[in-house]
Amino acid sequence: MTDVEGATPAPPAIKAVPVRHPGRWVAAGVIAVLVAMMVNSFFTNSAYQWSLIRHYAFTAPIFHGIEVTIELTAAAMAIGVVGGTLLAVMRLSPNPVVSTASWFYIWAFRGTPVLVQILLWFNLSSLFPHLSLGVPFGPTFVTVKFNSVVSALTAGILALGLNEAAYMAEIVRAGILSVDSGQSEAASALGMGRGLIMRRIVLPQAMRVIIPPTGNETISMLKTSSLVSAIAVAELLQETQSIIYRTYAPIPMLIMASLWYLAMTSVLTVGQYYLERHFGRGTVFGQPDNTLPRRLWRSIRYIRPRPDEPAQPSTLSEHQ
Amino acid sequence: MSGEVMVRAEGVHKRFGLNEVLKGINLEVQRGEVMCVIGPSGSGKSTLLRCINHLEQIHAGRLEVDGELVGYEERNGKLYELREREVARRRSAIGMVFQHFNLFPHMTVLGNITEAPCRVRGLSRDQAVDKARQLLAQVGLEGREDTYPRQLSGGQQQRVAIARALAMEPKLMLFDEPTSALDPELVGEVLAVMRDLAKSGMTMFVVTHEMGFAREVGDQLVFMDGGVVVEAGRPRDVIENPQHERTRAFLSKVL
Repeated sequence: MTDVEGATPAPPAIKAVPVRHPGRWVAAGVIAVLVAMMVNSFFTNSAYQWSLIRHYAFTAPIFHGIEVTIELTAAAMAIGVVGGTLLAVMRLSPNPVVSTASWFYIWAFRGTPVLVQILLWFNLSSLFPHLSLGVPFGPTFVTVKFNSVVSALTAGILALGLNEAAYMAEIVRAGILSVDSGQSEAASALGMGRGLIMRRIVLPQAMRVIIPPTGNETISMLKTSSLVSAIAVAELLQETQSIIYRTYAPIPMLIMASLWYLAMTSVLTVGQYYLERHFGRGTVFGQPDNTLPRRLWRSIRYIRPRPDEPAQPSTLSEHQ
Repeated sequence: MSGEVMVRAEGVHKRFGLNEVLKGINLEVQRGEVMCVIGPSGSGKSTLLRCINHLEQIHAGRLEVDGELVGYEERNGKLYELREREVARRRSAIGMVFQHFNLFPHMTVLGNITEAPCRVRGLSRDQAVDKARQLLAQVGLEGREDTYPRQLSGGQQQRVAIARALAMEPKLMLFDEPTSALDPELVGEVLAVMRDLAKSGMTMFVVTHEMGFAREVGDQLVFMDGGVVVEAGRPRDVIENPQHERTRAFLSKVL
């Protein structure tokens, strides 16, 4: 029977025996044994040569390598994001020539290995020994040697950046298409032109969809940049390899390089988490992350709630 | 050029692929008039509205707004398609209000209203903000300048959308089922704003299901079905004394 009454005091809270999860205990046991075996080998196997890792990890060549790796990543991503946005807008253009050109670029750069592209850029001087500025098929005004303009580092940046642009183009295109068509319609009904609509209405809203995969691409780029060691750019892996040639200790040195890469990608992961949270406010992207480190971090914040916010981090109700 | 006819349609045809949605529409809206269009879904009424500001292109016939052809220019008896810039310029003089509001969610209420006046009309920020505040007062939302659309109710959002369209000082306002997406108790506040707008002499072209509004505010009522105008006349006459069987059948379902 349905009563029409005001709110009644709550009955006692439900007490029930929770569902048991034996599978979790089995999994924890198996993983614990494997981890113990691995840790044991760290301490008992002298071939790790931890002292060597400690010795070389903080030397000048390694720091220089890290610097170059970061430079490569930043420059290549900058080219990738700008180029990718341009390609995405071209791809969606009503002009069939422009749209096809963009499609072709993406097809070519995404369809060939990035290592091959790096080697191609590095060897391009054999195809074009000189770079000239002038009228096409006509007189030239300035001529310089290709290798004096495009160093190995530049070749690496160009190869990584132009390859990345093809991937970013698809990410930006997905972002643009995710914005409701009613938005462009409302803007054109107000008399706004296509460029203005893209810049002021569509792209700012597409950011929410574009940012998370761009973070992934940046992390991926940091690791992919190690491929330019193939053309002897002195980034982290190349510097590590020159130490290996001197010390004949490949495993310790490669572990050291891996630890540095891990440190750098960890920093980026944290940055990505905050960036996503910023752009995902009030949306499904604000869903809680349930990995153990996150849960630990949340429970720490439970214990010491900051005075200006509720203990339970809420993701949906908070607006500006 | 006639200065008194705001919208004139002569034999307007429109198809999507092989599907003909407008099969020869003839109608006229005088300056200052309120034209209401009713009809079942799929009757082509929203398409007709969208053709008026060239969001859709017509395939045959003539469509004029304020004496100018929509989307084309006629010189020496020949039609020239308009450049995008010119289409945009003409659209900027026609306000449009959508069923789902289509406010810009990443901008505040004030940002929504001032965006086009600043960037299309070239108004200074101060002028645009002054104008926006006046319009917000007009639609009963003063003090909401800095809120974001998602923090407002549907009725409030639609009133902001009306203010946004009015900020361009349009000579004609198009309404595409402006209350269909609203909770019933919010419909009244939007209709009240539209009623005031009609009283102020704005020319309005309203696709709606609100028979009460059509009867009270409309100067003309058109019933569309299957891509043609089935019946037209004074709203009271059409609603109370429909001449066609299809009109009667439709009205008996909605009234």
